[in-house]
Amino acid sequence: MNRKSDRAWYALFVLPLIFVFTTVVIIPFLIGIGYSFVSWDGLPLNEKVFVGMNNYIRLFSDKRFLSSITHTLLFTVLAVVIINVLGLTFALIVTSQLKTRNIARTMLFMPYLIGGLILGFIWRFIFTDVFKAVGEATGWTKVFFSWLLNGDYALIALVIVMTWQMAGYIMIIYITGIQAIPDDVVEAAKVDGAGFWPMLLRVKFPLIMPSFTISLFMTLSNSFKIYDVNVSLTQGGPNNATEMLAMNIYNEIFSLNNYGYGQAKAIVFFIAVAFITLIQVSLTKKKEVVM
Amino acid sequence: MKKLGKVLIEITLMIVCAAYLFPVYIVLANSFKNRQELYENMLALPEKLTLEYYLEAVEKMNFSRAFGNSLIVTIVSIGIIVILGSMTAWMLVRTENKLSKFLFMVLVATMLIPFQTLMMPLMQVMSWSKTTLQVPMLDSLGGLIYMNVGFGASMAVFLYHGFVKSIPVSLEEAATIDGGNKLTVFFRIVFPMLKPTTVTVMILDVIWIWNDYLLPSLVLSNKNLRTIPLSTASFFGQFTIQWNLAMAGLMLTIIPVIIFYLAAQKYIIKGVAAGAVK
Repeated sequence: MNRKSDRAWYALFVLPLIFVFTTVVIIPFLIGIGYSFVSWDGLPLNEKVFVGMNNYIRLFSDKRFLSSITHTLLFTVLAVVIINVLGLTFALIVTSQLKTRNIARTMLFMPYLIGGLILGFIWRFIFTDVFKAVGEATGWTKVFFSWLLNGDYALIALVIVMTWQMAGYIMIIYITGIQAIPDDVVEAAKVDGAGFWPMLLRVKFPLIMPSFTISLFMTLSNSFKIYDVNVSLTQGGPNNATEMLAMNIYNEIFSLNNYGYGQAKAIVFFIAVAFITLIQVSLTKKKEVVM
Repeated sequence: MKKLGKVLIEITLMIVCAAYLFPVYIVLANSFKNRQELYENMLALPEKLTLEYYLEAVEKMNFSRAFGNSLIVTIVSIGIIVILGSMTAWMLVRTENKLSKFLFMVLVATMLIPFQTLMMPLMQVMSWSKTTLQVPMLDSLGGLIYMNVGFGASMAVFLYHGFVKSIPVSLEEAATIDGGNKLTVFFRIVFPMLKPTTVTVMILDVIWIWNDYLLPSLVLSNKNLRTIPLSTASFFGQFTIQWNLAMAGLMLTIIPVIIFYLAAQKYIIKGVAAGAVK
């Protein structure tokens, strides 16, 4: 009797959420794997033709897809490095004894709350019209021109907007780490005569290793999966020069109507995301232990 | 001498922060200018403050409607995520068996799946629910809320799971002996104790759901159901030739976020830090 009622309570508490979760995440994930082996244009009445591994083989000769991988990797490396350097610098500044540190923290974190879509729109105006106007007014047209018309500059523009969005967020994570450093450790190092750099590199950095793990994980996966800023800032242009992986998948499925082929890309995308983040976490975790 | 140096550093920091928010200034300043004034100097302060473009943007974006839709979707989704998430996590922690372990593991593992991997098959499942079960999930706010709950489940359970493990069982047992059933024990005793995690989950989910663009853009096609990111996107697409109007529209979408931020700043920063560290 008791066991039966326990089971009923268990079901009452757990089942509603697990049901929703299963229909929204698990089932789509599983049938998604199935879709990646068929050729289908998305129209319900049209037949889904089984093509085996063909969708996956086709990926290797898809120039647009391969170049979107290159852009995404380049973008990710640049974004991860710049966001972390800037976020860590901000964190070191606002954890100092400065009176303005709280206002500074408030201001630097703000962009993170404005969604990526809106941020992209704001910067689109700046990189196109404001830059052009400034260039015409100052004559520095080599720096100030419409950045979004040039593939390389448009990619840098994406890095800048991503940095603007994420640096304040990463700052918060590093602040948490820095504040957890015991005061006596810092004092002891000071007594031993540690200057600014030795203090930073030998004392503080090893102690905030967990913050590095989290920050790298967050920036890595967010940069690799970038979509909203991509849509609103460059729409993948000019000439697909800034079409990142997430957007390439979206376009393959919903613009070109290659549902099966696009889904094969989506599965590869998942494997790549899982692989990169797991490797990164295990690498940095190892470092934590060594320290 | 040392004092002077310190003051200089403080001033430098403030200048850096002001420069950091310069893009917001650009949007604000240009939202008050007419076309000619805007093209004369985009960096200058506006000559006069007029709400003309704001009023036009409010009307053309159908702003009050979009704001209401966003509010409903955000509040209801988060309410359900918090209640179901905490119930599930509590039960999983307090019932130690293989099933609990398995469910928790699946929930956490799926956090690695990017949305792009699920979006197309998810749309198939949801349109199937309409054709076969007569339950319309697409083009309805209820459907969007349902999907938000599904996507928010993992993180909520994960965060609550960690917290429930840290609270002692004794209190709950005392209440059970006093004759409370599990539902009353949970909502009277346990749920109030979970408040710190509830705040964290709420903050993280507000930032995510309020700004979410891709999922709503796939689910909602009816103009009257648009959330703020959707109406901003379509408005911005139409008015990139009229930058002043576009800037007023962007400002309209930013203002509620800034108000929310200034009102709940302490909780937001704490919540974001707690959510990331876990």
